[in-house]
Amino acid sequence: MEIKVLGTGCAKCKSLEKVTRKAVDELKLDATVTKVEDIQKIMEYAVMRTPALVIDEKVVLSGQLPKVAELKELISNHS
Amino acid sequence: MSKIKNNIVLVLILIPIWIILYKYLQEISDFIVFRLFQMTPEKHMTETLRFFIYEVPKVLMLLVLIIFVVGIVRTYFSPEKTRKALEGKSLFTGNVMASLLGIVTPFCSCSAIPLFLGFVEAGIPLGVTFSFLIAAPMINEVALILLIGLFGWKVAVIYVLTGLSIAIFAGFILEKLKLTRYVADWVYKTHAKQNLEQEEALSISQRISAGGEVVREIVGKIWIYILLGIAVGAGAHGFVPDEYLAGALGNQNWYSVPLAILVGIPLYSNAAGIIPIVSVLIEKGVTLGTALAFMMSVIGLSLPEIIILKKVLKWQLIGIFVGVVAFGIVIVGLIFNYLVFI
Repeated sequence: MEIKVLGTGCAKCKSLEKVTRKAVDELKLDATVTKVEDIQKIMEYAVMRTPALVIDEKVVLSGQLPKVAELKELISNHS
Repeated sequence: MSKIKNNIVLVLILIPIWIILYKYLQEISDFIVFRLFQMTPEKHMTETLRFFIYEVPKVLMLLVLIIFVVGIVRTYFSPEKTRKALEGKSLFTGNVMASLLGIVTPFCSCSAIPLFLGFVEAGIPLGVTFSFLIAAPMINEVALILLIGLFGWKVAVIYVLTGLSIAIFAGFILEKLKLTRYVADWVYKTHAKQNLEQEEALSISQRISAGGEVVREIVGKIWIYILLGIAVGAGAHGFVPDEYLAGALGNQNWYSVPLAILVGIPLYSNAAGIIPIVSVLIEKGVTLGTALAFMMSVIGLSLPEIIILKKVLKWQLIGIFVGVVAFGIVIVGLIFNYLVFI
């Protein structure tokens, strides 16, 4: 599974990356988490609110900062 | 299911408590100052403390209530829906709609770039996009609450109407100037690979929790600025003589409005920090137009936002943008100083 956190560097974007890594660890998933900071790359996903979360090239979340539990549910529903 | 019910019941219980508390706030704060602290009326220190003890809970209570309501209203809007609504609208209608939607669409200045790009890519004219970007930060619920709380409804309505006019006309003029060539070249080359799927509809209870979430987030972030702003305001209220500022920034000097705007641009604050200070400016003799111009310039035109926009706009366009908005604010300020007496 490939997870991307889209965000230009605002406080919420950093938190989302942290929360995502935590969720992946707790789920013991074999997934890579990368942060995409380049605005042109971010725009390819058509998100208008950052931070956004992309799982396997699909935008699942934008403009929100979910809690670890919610994120775990979101990620496991996707796999 | 029971959790969902709790949510609504809690709101129904809290609202009457809020109303009663708010109604007797002056009595409660006077009781604390005069009975509990045994302070003598009319002293500088007493007046300062009384102002502080009354204003802080008042503003915080208004803040919680209105942010909660606006938070619920905002669950019905999103940048994606706003973009859809603006697509294909004619110029002036587009400017009006963009400015109005700027008030209710959830917006954070850190998202200004993706939002700008998303609009431009959908073919929304630059001027309409600017209307949105001017209205969104300048007219927001926090500004509104504080204006109502400190100056009353009349000033709050005036602020919204004039702010809207600036957003509409500045956007209109910017479009007429045909400035597309001053947008960074890569902007028009970016193309989205996919579109977002439809959002699912929320239940009332989910919207209530979303409102609660927003209150926690915003109040958690700005309470300290409010406290500081009111503390400065309270100090000036008690210690600075009335009409102290009337000479330099009062009605007589035509240059007071442009001066206030020039001072305001580099200053960066959110509405929460600046309004208590503006309230004191007025109390000490600054005219309403000058004070409003100062406030609009501080929260509507800010250096950090300009720096963020620099990524997508060339400096010529940023210059024109700031110039047009500043000009609009000058006009509003002058109109108030000379025509309106409140």
